[in-house]
Amino acid sequence: MTFRHHLPSHLPSHLPTRREALVGAGSLFAWSQMPRLARAEGRDPRMLVIVLRGALDGLGAVAPVGDPDWIGLRGDRALVLDGKPPALPLDSFFALNPAMPNLHRLYQAQQATIVHATATPYRERSHFDGQDVLESGIARPGAVDTGWLNRALAELASDGRVDPRGSRVLGVGSVTPLVVRGRAPVLSWVPQKLLPANEDTQARLLDLYKHTDPKLAVALEARMRLSALGATGLSDAAMADGAALSAPGIAGVRAYFAEAAGTAARFLAKPDGPRVGAVGFIGWDTHINEGAASGQLANLLGALDGALAAIEKNMGDDWRETVVAVITEFGRTARINGTNGTDHGTGTVAFLAGGALRGGRVVADWPGLKQAQLHEERDLKPTTDLRAVLKGLLRDHLRVDERALASTVFPDSIGVVPVAGLVG
Amino acid sequence: MSRSAKAEAAMALHRFGLGPRPGSIAAIEADPRGALIAELDRPAISELAAANLPSSAKAYRAVTDAFAKRQAKAIVAKKEQDAKRQQMAEASAMMEGAAQGQGQGAGEMAAKIAAEAVPDPGRQIYLDEARIRIAAALGAEIGFVERLVWFWSNHFCVSADKIRSMSGAYEREAIRPHMLGRFTDLLLAAEGHPAMLFYLDQTVSMGANSTAGLNRSRGLNENLAREILELHTLGVRSGYAQDDVIGFANILTGWTLVPPGDNPEHGGEFTFNPRLHEPGAQKVLGKSYEDETVEQGRAALRDLAANPATASHVATKLARYFVADTPPPALVERIAKAFLDTGGDLKQVARVMVSSDEAWSEPPAKLKRPGEWVVGMVRATGLTQTDPVRYTDGQVLLGEPLWRPPSPKGFPDDEASWIDGMGRRLDVANYFAERIAGRTDPQDVIETVLGSQVSPEVKQAVGRAESRQQALVLLFMSAEFQRR
Repeated sequence: MTFRHHLPSHLPSHLPTRREALVGAGSLFAWSQMPRLARAEGRDPRMLVIVLRGALDGLGAVAPVGDPDWIGLRGDRALVLDGKPPALPLDSFFALNPAMPNLHRLYQAQQATIVHATATPYRERSHFDGQDVLESGIARPGAVDTGWLNRALAELASDGRVDPRGSRVLGVGSVTPLVVRGRAPVLSWVPQKLLPANEDTQARLLDLYKHTDPKLAVALEARMRLSALGATGLSDAAMADGAALSAPGIAGVRAYFAEAAGTAARFLAKPDGPRVGAVGFIGWDTHINEGAASGQLANLLGALDGALAAIEKNMGDDWRETVVAVITEFGRTARINGTNGTDHGTGTVAFLAGGALRGGRVVADWPGLKQAQLHEERDLKPTTDLRAVLKGLLRDHLRVDERALASTVFPDSIGVVPVAGLVG
Repeated sequence: MSRSAKAEAAMALHRFGLGPRPGSIAAIEADPRGALIAELDRPAISELAAANLPSSAKAYRAVTDAFAKRQAKAIVAKKEQDAKRQQMAEASAMMEGAAQGQGQGAGEMAAKIAAEAVPDPGRQIYLDEARIRIAAALGAEIGFVERLVWFWSNHFCVSADKIRSMSGAYEREAIRPHMLGRFTDLLLAAEGHPAMLFYLDQTVSMGANSTAGLNRSRGLNENLAREILELHTLGVRSGYAQDDVIGFANILTGWTLVPPGDNPEHGGEFTFNPRLHEPGAQKVLGKSYEDETVEQGRAALRDLAANPATASHVATKLARYFVADTPPPALVERIAKAFLDTGGDLKQVARVMVSSDEAWSEPPAKLKRPGEWVVGMVRATGLTQTDPVRYTDGQVLLGEPLWRPPSPKGFPDDEASWIDGMGRRLDVANYFAERIAGRTDPQDVIETVLGSQVSPEVKQAVGRAESRQQALVLLFMSAEFQRR
């Protein structure tokens, strides 16, 4: 194993005195009077998590063009610097899929970081278990119903470090991503095509729920709060009679990715909006005709790139306080399979983007691509625990307490040291 | 006594069926469990057969033919446009680069217009299939059989995003005929169906050492084999290993379909192609399968169907789907035992489930899925027809688009996955209530759907509503209507 890229060195510790003082004093203050630590520092951090469901081919997204075994591994389907189209150079070793010019621009502006050869602790090959581990933050799959992002926020709230508006979590999509489910209230948003029921009907229904079904009351309240933030004004066209479904296709995917991510950003940018959120994008299970350079995967990465651009645009000035983390449940096989695709593998990439990042580098402890260097001789070997990256972001960006990160947010992860210096 | 009979009848309709229609509580209150079991002998296959829908293979051929026509028309149109451009370029003294650039765009545009003039039959077939499925759901007396169809269709799901023209036919051809028969037959029908082979990439898988694999240096695709083990039979974490997946994937090589373009009679149907099949014996779960024909795969599937892990996987999912997100273990055991004792007789399994007291004693906490809720709403009003376009669009909005699950796992089946969609349900209820308020009395609907079980709170809210529309919205959105 060779160390090509070293993890960034630790930054000076962040204002320890002030943090301790506020933690100690938190219980003395009511929510509304309690200034957030971040605000005291003049910061108002935002974090959006994008979950790519289906397991992304990290080698097809960010190619190790400097690895002597790269071409041998992928043959004429390897992304290369003189390919058609050419991969976008990141450093002397890695190059980005050409479908992601926005991410490349951000990277050059030190506003994006690539993490390579990363994975959660999950080592099996079930999407659904893998997503459980990725989103729950718990090392083994099984019955879990809360996600690490929600628990992180709940930690901040219990310390008095965020005010109530900040303690809400935004979930985008008809099915709320597990990563944001939990004790902190979830606001959910799905693309709007119907005129909503009027406020009076909502209020009456809420009253009925409060007497008969508290869970439904909570769900409806979240929707009403979101309406108050102006969500329904985004598109108020009633469902037209005989309206056709738009044909599934990459144009539809691009539009959906951009709308979902762009709307999430619009919420996060509101002064009274939530501060963290998550959105899930499906479609990454590329078993056949993966098309990394120009095809299925390139199209999806292009749509993701468009989503990142929509976030940057809609965050406006708040982009500089934003971190977007793009993560997936695992990677795909290092080699192409018999049908020009890839099967379920292990190590993959994570993309970080945002004005709050200290970016412009690839974080990777490169494991190599020789047969013996692959995980089970078939997958890119994970050398960076994805939790270390996420813990680094939560600690240094949202200011979640490090002990809480090791116990409640990512249980039993005391040995997983947060990656320092990702933001700032 | 009569109150509890009415309550059990209402529960039978909400929990195991698709919700009451006017008069249906009274019709079954003498013996709700018996009525559920009796419905198992009245599946809706005959009506569906009379609907004259194309077989999946025929539908697939129609789509392929249309696609070929589109391509041909596009090529002709582009040629014509290019010829025109050539003439213009020769005749005019325009700047060459600009003229050519414009001309090329025009050629592509002409090709696109010509292609789009040939209608794609896939959407219409999808909507025709949807119409029949909705009709079966609205017309069923209780809807227990239809709920079972929905369950198995989701268990062995395919996605219309990949195979739109076949998604409805798949349910009619693979699921309906077998889901009250033996699980083995259902499994064989589902895994060998062209839609499944296409959806899980089996049509492109070939043995690395098969004739075709050697010629084309292509090989295996594990997708179908893995999902059969993880989702359709044994269940995840039940003890199989990567080698079992590979062995099983090799066994399944050769399971493909007749190319739709070159065979007007059988194109799109299942076939076993020995040229794609990996030679030699293969091992799955420690057992060696020697036969190198289609029987190799059938034998492996039969063994998986009989595996006790499959029984408990299926029993857990059934109990979760009908009874509770966390089903009573005694119920799961009873269903699994029935599955094993009867050799996977699914009618007996369904019968044992509704005959078990545990299936009735759980409180009505289960949140209806969007499809169940929408159909329940329409049934409650006594309507028997609905526009498939409006219905399928509504399902998209509610996050449960018809035959379009987000992954091979199918749609989720727990409260946490759906409860955040309440706001959207409210919009849909509002839209539906607006359309029917002119001819529907909310008090009648209360009687229909909740019998005498309606709580004072709901009665009061409905009674005090500012309009019929609002009253209907409150009723359809009430916990009593949304939970079962």
